[in-house]
Amino acid sequence: MMSPNLRIALRFLTARKRSMFMSLTGIVFGVGFFIVTQAQTSGFEQFFIKTILGTNGAIRIQDKFQPSLFTMRGGESEANEGKPGFSIEAESSRKYVEGVEDPARISEAVRRFGNVSGVSTVVQGIVNLVTDVGTGDARVYGIQLDDHLAVSDLGTQIIRGSLADYRETPNGSLVGSVLAQRENLRVGDGYMLEVGGQMRRYRVSAIYETGVSDIDRVRVYLHLSEARSLLKKPIGASFLQVNLFDRDRAREDARSMEVVIGHAVSPWQAREKTWLAVFSALRFSSAITVSTIILISGLGMFNTLAMLVIEKTKDIAILRSMGYTRTDITRIFLWQGVLVLIGGVVLGWVFGALATYGVSKIPIRIRGIFTSDSFVVSWQWEHYAAAGIIAAAVVLAASWIPARRAARLEPGDVVRGTAL
Amino acid sequence: MKTTDTTTTPAAANTGEGAVIRCENLQRFLGKDEGRVQVLRGVTFEAKRGQVCAIVGPSGCGKSTLLYQLGLLDQPDAGSIWIDGELMSNTSDDLRTAARSRHIGFVFQFHFLMLEFSALDNVMMPMRKLGRLGPVEMEARAKLLLDAVGLGQKTHRLGTQLSGGEQQRVAVARALANEPSLILADEPTGNLDAANSTLVFDLLARLAKENNQAVVLVTHNPEIAQRCDVVRAMKDGLFV
Repeated sequence: MMSPNLRIALRFLTARKRSMFMSLTGIVFGVGFFIVTQAQTSGFEQFFIKTILGTNGAIRIQDKFQPSLFTMRGGESEANEGKPGFSIEAESSRKYVEGVEDPARISEAVRRFGNVSGVSTVVQGIVNLVTDVGTGDARVYGIQLDDHLAVSDLGTQIIRGSLADYRETPNGSLVGSVLAQRENLRVGDGYMLEVGGQMRRYRVSAIYETGVSDIDRVRVYLHLSEARSLLKKPIGASFLQVNLFDRDRAREDARSMEVVIGHAVSPWQAREKTWLAVFSALRFSSAITVSTIILISGLGMFNTLAMLVIEKTKDIAILRSMGYTRTDITRIFLWQGVLVLIGGVVLGWVFGALATYGVSKIPIRIRGIFTSDSFVVSWQWEHYAAAGIIAAAVVLAASWIPARRAARLEPGDVVRGTAL
Repeated sequence: MKTTDTTTTPAAANTGEGAVIRCENLQRFLGKDEGRVQVLRGVTFEAKRGQVCAIVGPSGCGKSTLLYQLGLLDQPDAGSIWIDGELMSNTSDDLRTAARSRHIGFVFQFHFLMLEFSALDNVMMPMRKLGRLGPVEMEARAKLLLDAVGLGQKTHRLGTQLSGGEQQRVAVARALANEPSLILADEPTGNLDAANSTLVFDLLARLAKENNQAVVLVTHNPEIAQRCDVVRAMKDGLFV
């Protein structure tokens, strides 16, 4: 059975239909816009993370560092015959040795981490790429194809040619789409790589596109042995690219790996912290901006309920005379806020979901930090929960003050005509 | 039997035998600072079951203030109030509210119906709060009461769809809803024409008698006052 307070609240709601409808509409739009802006900013952020993880892996193991702990001694005195009374171990600035000296041993150690799904040894170097068009800078990445496919999305980034051709061709190469376009290279074309006065000929087996223009403009993948020979790096590696089952544990795993292997280990969050900070700031900024819509509708709600309390003073007095307590009166007005809130949030969720779907279908060409031909959205329940929580906080705060005011009315004052 | 009592009778008030409501030495100040006025100057009063008591007097003499004190809508500055033998003055707001729900029905000059609700809903409102009856019994009792006040055919009309006299009759039915032992009426006929005044008063008196309830009403209408069992006249915050 419906409680008497809820029943009264429902009827009171109809007393100021237009104002209540406006408040409801404000909440619907506030919640909806909050969801759609969060879906967009999160969507682009997730897409960016997916792109950089699929290209550069979750963790990169680079230069070896030397032990940096040193001991400070003090407290020498005659009493202890000039011997130090205490010593402190402190860390000095690290000294790094470029690259990974023994990639096989380090790979083996890293693979023992439970969260590691793959490790790829990479030898890199800067070269000149010479074609009929001209000469340009390029960055060679020497890889073992199968190892690298396990730590990247290279397999799905091929837009022309095939990995099978690359696998079977000793001088085959994978060329970035922007570089290929700039140098007018097509699958099957030959070109020269020059470094240290030595020139070698390679064949374009496939063209890939990561969507990150900085990569697609310069990177050329060669077989590891070929790269070692070209770059004159017969042993060691420039870095190891590591993939994880749970990418969100990258920071913790990186810290543990540093301790175990004595190399600088950078998780993807540290590598991409600038872009991640930009996305985070955008998301926060849009949340604040859109929340003002909810805030304004909350103010409208407050105004409506405050007016309703003035209009309903006699009803409040008669309810009090019939035995309704101050708590009942508070609840009657809070119920009105809650009813508008529930309606606003549910309709706002529906509106937000529909708007998110609509936005995801808008064609837009994005090139730069990633590649997309439409708005990227992220469907996360947290956005809906956050919108609901913000709306609840605003509406309940807006309802609480008029509700308390209504409850404090003295019925004697109202019937005597001295209330308010 | 009608008695006209124009003097305070402390002996009767102190005994309180059979009194539904009794107050002693009630004092009430209204206003602040220089505007502070003593509206009740030590009023003693009681009403018994089946009695219809009228409180008369000029405007501003404290009649309505006394009624609100008796109805526990307002707290006295001094003095005591008993309802059905239970001391109710200076108790918590929740206790006084609960006592209103169980023991007291109000009829005001301006009906104070809740206009968004039907006549039936208005009468069921106090019953819903008390929760003594189930939904079916509540509706049946509300219909019975509306029938008794001659509105059996208009139970589903909203307050706005009823005439002034009809609204006041709904207010009478609402006051009787929880079978209170005491009905307090503040000029219940003050806003009605002569015919409706007689109708409403007759209803109130008859139903209260039938249910052995006490009625205390404030009125300016001498004809209504004359028909009450007890008439108490007030002047300057005291019974005279």
